[in-house]
Amino acid sequence: MTALTTQAAPEAAPGRPTSRRVGPAATLQQTMTLAWRSLVQIKHNPWELLDLSIQPIMFVLLFTYVFGGAISGSTGDYLQFALPGLLVQNALFYTLTTAIGLNTDITKGVFDRLRSLPIARTAPLSGRIIADTFKQVWAFALLIGFGMLLGFRITTGVAGLLGALALLVIVALAMSWMSVLIGLKATSPEKVQMIAFSVMMPLTFTSSALVSPDTFPGWLEFWADLNPVSHLSDAIRGLLIGGEVGGPAMISLLWAAGFVVVFAPLAIRVFRNTA
Amino acid sequence: MRRDREEGSADCQRAERRLREMSVVWSTLESYDQKEMNMGYAIEAEGLVKHYGSTKALDGVDLVVPQGRLLGVLGPNGAGKTTAVRVLATLLRPDAGRATVGGFDVVREAHQVRSLIGLTGQYAAVDEMLTGVENLVMIGRLLGLSRAEAKSRAGELLERFALTEAGGRAAKTFSGGMRRRLDLAASLVGRPQVLFLDEPTTGLDPRSRTDLWDVVRGLMADGVTVLLTTQYLEEADQLADDIVVFDHGKVIASGTSDQLKATTGAQVLEVRPLDGDRLDLVAQVVGEIIGAAPETAGGRVTAAVHDPAVVPVIVRRLDELGVIASELSLRKSSLDEVFLALTGHRAEDQPAQEKEEVPA
Repeated sequence: MTALTTQAAPEAAPGRPTSRRVGPAATLQQTMTLAWRSLVQIKHNPWELLDLSIQPIMFVLLFTYVFGGAISGSTGDYLQFALPGLLVQNALFYTLTTAIGLNTDITKGVFDRLRSLPIARTAPLSGRIIADTFKQVWAFALLIGFGMLLGFRITTGVAGLLGALALLVIVALAMSWMSVLIGLKATSPEKVQMIAFSVMMPLTFTSSALVSPDTFPGWLEFWADLNPVSHLSDAIRGLLIGGEVGGPAMISLLWAAGFVVVFAPLAIRVFRNTA
Repeated sequence: MRRDREEGSADCQRAERRLREMSVVWSTLESYDQKEMNMGYAIEAEGLVKHYGSTKALDGVDLVVPQGRLLGVLGPNGAGKTTAVRVLATLLRPDAGRATVGGFDVVREAHQVRSLIGLTGQYAAVDEMLTGVENLVMIGRLLGLSRAEAKSRAGELLERFALTEAGGRAAKTFSGGMRRRLDLAASLVGRPQVLFLDEPTTGLDPRSRTDLWDVVRGLMADGVTVLLTTQYLEEADQLADDIVVFDHGKVIASGTSDQLKATTGAQVLEVRPLDGDRLDLVAQVVGEIIGAAPETAGGRVTAAVHDPAVVPVIVRRLDELGVIASELSLRKSSLDEVFLALTGHRAEDQPAQEKEEVPA
């Protein structure tokens, strides 16, 4: 009978604990690891960084020197008017990198690998969004810096500059809910890019971002006044070169809140079903 | 029963006491057995159902994998193998049924299940932008290893999978076989007790395939429980302790490779007439004698034979008809034929031919 007692029940699972939940400290660490993962790519793929930088730079150059004289009479005047709008346009386009990155993970199976790990459910999303926010700040700094080289002047001061950055980041974060939804739903990263262009292009061009809507035909001017991109552009312009800030900033924030209210529940529902 | 006994003499009482003691020992033994059995199954699934719209990807799947064994899940594309793996790996909620991995419920205790499993899917799920090292370090960090631990674990695994040299390069520069190995390494960072390999060799060249088989055998030696899905009958034959055959979301057969081979009846008769034009005649003769329509393909008549005595009869009949056979053989059925007999269709025509054509 002694043989029986020595033959104890098989050893408990060695190695990792099998706790039920992920604690806040572990969640944070996992989020930062996944943010690191998105950012370290830049190190190996400098092209991505260029991609990130060259498009806004090209836009600034093209708009300033091609259209500037025709629109404002002088390239310098136009740059002063258009750079805030270009910042907005770039930030809005950039929110879709979240969708593209997420969708790439899903189609490549990386998302499944992450979901099969004992990590916080939200870490793959929050890690990516943190990394993309970092990239947003980088693109903002780059555009402002480049614009200043060409002659753009911030007439309001540091507070205005920081305010503009903060407003753009807030709006971009609100929009990343939509981006997450698109990323989860789209069938391929190429589709995401297509959606980006077919929605973002007309949206940013039919606003006060790049030209004053005064010259638009009546119906388009009516739309431009409604277009959230107009309000955001006006607010950023006000924050950087002076003008009305309060009204347009408030409307922009309301739009951002609206985005969260509409898209966050949808995105969370799809994410839950996928995850 | 013992308790019903009437109290009698001291002898009787003593005997009774002994009997009671014995029955206690017996029930202890029984409960041990019970426990061993429960602990013994690393994976247990019961009546798993999953619908995608109107198609039933899983239609009531039951399976068990004892600790430390390798279960081969064999079936054609769309049979539900991947769906089953996704349910067991907590990626998909079943519509009905239940499953446990390491004793934890895959739906209610998904987090615990995740801490026990490793998953390698059909597509190498590695971040192509990251290097081999970074991919593994990322997983290690996510699993709570310190930076140094994660790095040393990554180094260990890269060495084991012969990727040390390539470890510093972005994964997108890796060959298909290297990517699969990196993917497998990634699933081993957390030293899983249960490993899901979903068609790990699909699309690999024969050399990479046998390399991967060796890796899987090494894991088995470490005592890891493995569930491996495959379309390749040879793969299941080579690696699996037990095999279940999936078709249309159902387990249609299970057993060891030998047991399955025995289920179809027995042996396979193959006759190839020297004159290809007489193939139909041969098929007719064979069909008449064994009482079932044989298969004709590749200039050959193939039929399952339950009674070896039919062979001389067939030979004599063919001789009478003046048919010369360039090939006539009786052999144990392959898993391929088992599959055909079970499902009425071949597992997959391509892989079997591929194997022969591609030089190893």
